[in-house]
Amino acid sequence: MAHDTAHHESNTKLIWKVFFILSVITIVEVFLGIIKPAFLVDTTFISMKLLNWIFIILTIWKAYYITWSFMHMEGETKGLRRSVVWTGIFLVSYLIFILLTEGDYIYEVFKAGHKSWDF
Amino acid sequence: METAVTKTGTEDKIWGGGNQPLKVSYGKMMMWFFILSDALTFSGFLAAYGFSRFKFIDSWPIADEVFNHFPFLHGVDAPMYYVALMTFILIFSSVTMVLAVDAGHQMKQKKVILYMFLTIIGGAIFVGSQAWEWKNFIKGEYGAIETRGGQILQFVDADGHRVKLEDIAIVDHHSDRAQHESKNGIWYDKEATLPTYTIAEIKAGFTKRKDIVLRTQILTDKGEKTILSREESLKRLNKDAIGIVEGANLVHNEYGTPLFANFFFFITGFHGFHVFSGVIINIIIFINVILGTYERRKNYEMVEKVGLYWHFVDLVWVFVFTFFYLV
Repeated sequence: MAHDTAHHESNTKLIWKVFFILSVITIVEVFLGIIKPAFLVDTTFISMKLLNWIFIILTIWKAYYITWSFMHMEGETKGLRRSVVWTGIFLVSYLIFILLTEGDYIYEVFKAGHKSWDF
Repeated sequence: METAVTKTGTEDKIWGGGNQPLKVSYGKMMMWFFILSDALTFSGFLAAYGFSRFKFIDSWPIADEVFNHFPFLHGVDAPMYYVALMTFILIFSSVTMVLAVDAGHQMKQKKVILYMFLTIIGGAIFVGSQAWEWKNFIKGEYGAIETRGGQILQFVDADGHRVKLEDIAIVDHHSDRAQHESKNGIWYDKEATLPTYTIAEIKAGFTKRKDIVLRTQILTDKGEKTILSREESLKRLNKDAIGIVEGANLVHNEYGTPLFANFFFFITGFHGFHVFSGVIINIIIFINVILGTYERRKNYEMVEKVGLYWHFVDLVWVFVFTFFYLV
């Protein structure tokens, strides 16, 4: 509460600015998703299409704006910010890493195994 | 603040009980930690979705082909436009929510009422849109054939466009296969709804229509579904096909692997439930704002707390949108 009881000026301008940024990012995402530029689809980076990397980075960018601006995380104390954001990022990255690695391994087993799945 | 937070009278003593090291009220801090735990739940679901997707990386359904409906545009291929619109509605309701919080800081009751009202409307439209999206997905559009191994085979014409079952089937009017219901058969047993056509009718129609071939679930290097030749199609249809699938449920899915449908229903359903409960909570706070509860309390922190929840729902949607519709 320390950040908002002290001063009462309106943040409306900033809010509309963030809305504009979020809209532009979404429009870019949808645009890329519809036209699917060939060079982004054909190029892969760490076993994923470049296009998908772009989508994920844009999504995290949007998430940053929502959390920092709309949820007012930038105004919270360092302690609260870190205990929420770092905990989340650490656990989620770990989970994604182990599950995707395992999923890829199972795909290889299905593919290389002696059983046919397509019948 | 006075009514929302109990003061102990020992605020100046560090270990006296009333100390707020994170400089936020108890309620707001706990809302943050609730959001963190809820975020981890959603991450668990989305990571499990990623796991299944990596497991079937070469045969996953293509979202653009699944979600390509737009209201009042029947038969028009409009991939993503509708879900993009839904995303805008939710982001915009997040904006009105943050404007309500901002107006609350300045103790402007009228403005808080207006912005919260808009937020509630936006949330309701979003939930409605999601229901419509579910309806289309459950109903399906073209129909497909399921094989003994649970693989999906779809019909396409020479240009690669999907062909509907109703355009293929030669209906056998002499067949009198009746739906087995508990009232007309064994009383303790009933069967699932019969598909519109039988596999024999589809086979008969397919043999006549020389321009139609089958498409498997397997993706090519270009990320498109593999199209079989006419001979291969006939062979697969006569040898492997055992049933008709129309639309999607938890067991069968005309678009591809049932896992896609399972995760779609579960994750968007769980998110939709969050939006729904968010709308309900917003309505409760909205009523309190109208009644002037927070005016008397001289503090609009409750609006801020439900605002946090509402933004979180938007935050989750940003990820669901990416992983279900874009990637």
